[in-house]
Amino acid sequence: MEETKRKQLILERFHYSQDQVIDKQFNWKQMWRLLQYLKPYAKNLLPLSFLTVIISTAVRLIIPILIGVYTLDKAIIEKDTTLLLQLVFLISGLYVLSYVVNALRIRWLNKLGQNVIYDLRKHLFTHVQSLSHRFFDQRSAGSILVRIMNDINSLQELFTNGVINLLTDFLLLFATIVILFSLNAKLTIAIMVILPIMFFISTSLRQKIRLSWQKVRLIQAKMNSHLNESIQGIRVTQTFTQENENTEFFKELNHDNFQTWKQAVRKNAMFGPIVEMTNAVGTVILIWYGAALVSKGECTIGEFVSFAFYLGMFWEPIGRLGQLYNQLLIGMASSERIFEFLDERPLVKEAAKPLVPASIKGQIDFENVEFSYDTRRKALNGVSFSIQAGETVALVGHTGSGKTTIANLVSRFYDATAGVVKIDGHKIQDLSIAALRSQISVVLQETFIFSGTIMENIRFGNPNSSDEDVIAAAKAVGADSFIVQLVNGYHTEVEERGNILSVGERQLLSFARALLADPKILILDEATASIDTETEVKIQQALKALLKGRTAIMIAHRLSTIREADKIIVLDHGNILEQGNHDTLMTRQGVYYGLVKAQYKMLGAV
Amino acid sequence: MLVFKKLKSFYLPYKRDFIWSMLFLVIMAGITVVYPVILQMTIDEVVLGGQYDLVPWIALGFFTVMAVKGISAFTQHYLADMFGIKSVYSMRNALYEKLQRLSFSYYDNAKTGDLMSRLTADVEGFRFFVSFGFSEVLRFIIVVGASLCVMFYYSVSLTFVTIAALPFISIVVYKFDKNVHPAFRGIRESFGRLNTKVQENISGIHTVKALSKEQVEIERFNKSNQDYREKQLYTASIWSKYFPLMELIGNISVVALLAFGGYQVINGTLKPGELVAFYSLVWYILWPIMNLGFTINMFSQAKASGERLLEVLEAEEKIIDEENVRDEEKIEGHVVFRHVTFQYQKEEAAVLNQISFNAPPGSTIGLIGATGSGKTSVIQLLSRFYEPTAGDILIDGRLIKEYSLKTLRSQIGVVLQETFLFSSTIKANISYGRPEATMEEIIDAAKRADAHNFIMELPDGYNTMLGERGMGLSGGQKQRIAIARAICTNPAILILDDATSAVDMETEFHIQKALQEVMKGRTTFIIAHRISSLQHADEILVLDQGRIIERGTHEKLLANNGAYRRIYNIQYQDHEAIMQKAAR
Repeated sequence: MEETKRKQLILERFHYSQDQVIDKQFNWKQMWRLLQYLKPYAKNLLPLSFLTVIISTAVRLIIPILIGVYTLDKAIIEKDTTLLLQLVFLISGLYVLSYVVNALRIRWLNKLGQNVIYDLRKHLFTHVQSLSHRFFDQRSAGSILVRIMNDINSLQELFTNGVINLLTDFLLLFATIVILFSLNAKLTIAIMVILPIMFFISTSLRQKIRLSWQKVRLIQAKMNSHLNESIQGIRVTQTFTQENENTEFFKELNHDNFQTWKQAVRKNAMFGPIVEMTNAVGTVILIWYGAALVSKGECTIGEFVSFAFYLGMFWEPIGRLGQLYNQLLIGMASSERIFEFLDERPLVKEAAKPLVPASIKGQIDFENVEFSYDTRRKALNGVSFSIQAGETVALVGHTGSGKTTIANLVSRFYDATAGVVKIDGHKIQDLSIAALRSQISVVLQETFIFSGTIMENIRFGNPNSSDEDVIAAAKAVGADSFIVQLVNGYHTEVEERGNILSVGERQLLSFARALLADPKILILDEATASIDTETEVKIQQALKALLKGRTAIMIAHRLSTIREADKIIVLDHGNILEQGNHDTLMTRQGVYYGLVKAQYKMLGAV
Repeated sequence: MLVFKKLKSFYLPYKRDFIWSMLFLVIMAGITVVYPVILQMTIDEVVLGGQYDLVPWIALGFFTVMAVKGISAFTQHYLADMFGIKSVYSMRNALYEKLQRLSFSYYDNAKTGDLMSRLTADVEGFRFFVSFGFSEVLRFIIVVGASLCVMFYYSVSLTFVTIAALPFISIVVYKFDKNVHPAFRGIRESFGRLNTKVQENISGIHTVKALSKEQVEIERFNKSNQDYREKQLYTASIWSKYFPLMELIGNISVVALLAFGGYQVINGTLKPGELVAFYSLVWYILWPIMNLGFTINMFSQAKASGERLLEVLEAEEKIIDEENVRDEEKIEGHVVFRHVTFQYQKEEAAVLNQISFNAPPGSTIGLIGATGSGKTSVIQLLSRFYEPTAGDILIDGRLIKEYSLKTLRSQIGVVLQETFLFSSTIKANISYGRPEATMEEIIDAAKRADAHNFIMELPDGYNTMLGERGMGLSGGQKQRIAIARAICTNPAILILDDATSAVDMETEFHIQKALQEVMKGRTTFIIAHRISSLQHADEILVLDQGRIIERGTHEKLLANNGAYRRIYNIQYQDHEAIMQKAAR
């Protein structure tokens, strides 16, 4: 009992988001929207590719007639050597033509498809960049990545071959039937019996197979999420000696995967044989009924042979159409997810006629600003204050008191729910977002390290800066000393979850990054939390010089940092309790005084 | 082949599936060649020979043969797949177990992306080869061999005319494969780069937006996007250069067949049906040859994959239980370091140099020092995540090697510097080290870490999901959950590695008050930058570049007027000034 409960707990210890198996219906409106991406190529690549497909299809249709009806019946059976020779030349010529056309077809079709995919991905990525924080708050990084990478790739095949094939396969199917009828109507009707079976197999059975493969992919995605996480969290796992428990979890997941896979494989292995059996039925009809017709003289040997060839050709377009149908359904699911993102509007909108000031002075005014992240709770409750250009302001308060929210509103990552935020006297909504943000740098509590060298990571703050500028910035924040101690110095490769940099070192890098950007407004969101005291002192000395001429908003816990500020704003649950400089607030003996005293008490009576 | 021999323990147990699938493959491939023969008989014997009474027999015979083929094909395919899937199942389990056991030093040098690609792409490569590698070769031999036999049986001269194209087609196939595989690799690598680019952009989107570098990011993305398109088009151009050419050569040999065979039929040396049969047989030879490159490539890919998998499977587990270790023992928590020196890698400078200290059960040791001074290394050695280069580490008078890893580590509760929480509920995260913990114990741990209140404010309380689809918690909140996680295991030794850096001072004060309760009877190591966090420690070690430069109690160190005093002054001078002012 105890053991089963423990086992149960272990099997439920991780949770990963899992998509549902999608069984979408075909949607014309969405298809039409997708096809719009072909528009730029409507006058060149599209018709050219189409032309090559038509020619190569035509050649493939003509050759069986030439071989069956003409070569066999007219030349070989009639023993006409000259005609045989002429036909051989004609057929060779057609093959050479098909060679040229096929080479062009592959080239042009791929060009068309890849261009469309390129455009679509570019469009989606650019759009996602413009979306607001709220969009990213609601989704995991993984789910956004899947849209941009996998969902778009699943449309690749549709655009390279799919759309063109759709048209030509219908053509091919139609032409084959017409040719067969013109050769021999009775035999054609007899053979047509297999058509519905083929249609059924290629749509319905294939769909079932696709769905079971989808299940496999979903469970593998889950397995990969877990693998990824277990590698990244290996230090925690070993610290808590959970290796065996995790292995138990994984084995169960692996077993599920095995079972699902087995199901899919069974269905998949059936497909080929069933197709061949259907074909065999067609051949049996051909042999049985065809031979009878030949014996009665209602069919020539050449026609009989041509039929044998065309029968093989029947399957091809039907099979491909079935495949395409399934591809379209997958494409529907993918494009629906892509369009969902594209229809997402940035909540922070650029003004119709945005002001682009040559430079921002850095005066910030909040007038009765309210804000809430969700409907349940207000993060800011009518907050008013003003910061003069060049001033340094410290925000003080507990976690959740609204400090970071104020910083987010100044950068316009969100828009206030009510009230007005002004920069240099302009309503923040009237300013061009790019112009505003290019003048603001934020150093976050959690620093993100991009994979690349340290040099590249610092340069991210200002891509135009030289190596010397980067090194100067690193020196200014005291990062230079640890960087030069690394084996490759500034050219050391780092990555997000890597072990090369400590948390404090990362924060130093992010400092250098922000300084390089040379902003008018600098926001430091608990940026020095993990830096040791002596380094912090160095940074603060550097900061004093760097803050000259800049407006700074600091969110910090350390009194030494806060004390220096021109103005201190004390927040609690979205309200301003007090504001003023250190001395005024201390004299007032209010909340701030209490905080300082509490901290002092915490430090222990010395 | 050595690679596959080394990996045999993963596929050999399932050899029955393999043997049966090969058997059915022989049947299936043999029957393939029957189709043209039946076509020939129908034309020559029935149609031309006028033996129409044979028709039902031929038709039925054909159908039966095809039915056998269908069943064989299904069985073969299914068993071959199962052989691969079963092998991969056992391999994945082995890989996962291995990864759980590899030591920190392995992960210091491993990149997550690289490991992931081994666990996914290489495992898949291995499976594909196990399922289809051998069978493809066998199929090739049987189909080509049988087709050639039938052709030679019909007409030797015509056979030579048709296979005259083989050398040419082989050259083209060879050249095609030589070019196309690097091109495919190019696509995969380019896609990998694009993927990394986008992933980083999204994970770091707050940084991107904080520095308003969206436009720069779009340009960088576009470079990768363009590169991916170029790589795709380059591959397509190789495809368009060689593939139609292969087809053309094949078609020319068909025309040659038609011309020479037609001439032979007119001469009466060949029957019309035989000519038609040739027309099918020739493709049975040409198609496998066009595909031969892929088969060969599959071998070399599988070999490379197998090697990469072996690298993981055979990686040295540097830290394992010694023989005759002590298990299931309650540790008191008496920690002693004796002249411990440590370097991560031989050629690198020592990160710890002659570290000695004595921490009696229940005592608290504080570690302070600049970034990179070796504080974290001290505690990593204590949990035996690395082995010291020299010196001894003892717990309760015994070398830590004498305990099993499970015993040792389960008695040490660590709050790591970088908080990592798993994609799971808050409840499961807190009870991560002790899955069987009751709800009361979990809540108790959370309360001690001052996490209970904010957890209760979350919409789903303790069932709130964290991680990839989870709620965004602030750094301080995550740290408090990590502290609760360590407390929940009820360890004899507690390690707090800069565990409260992201919480505000007042919260830290709360946590510390609660921790003082928790620390009673436990040996505690506190790594911190704030003097306030470690001033109550029984002994404070001040580290600089791997050496202890000062040690003693808070008071003693203050009196020392050294590095500790310097840090203290920076942190405290303000307060004194403040309080003086306030008192005025």
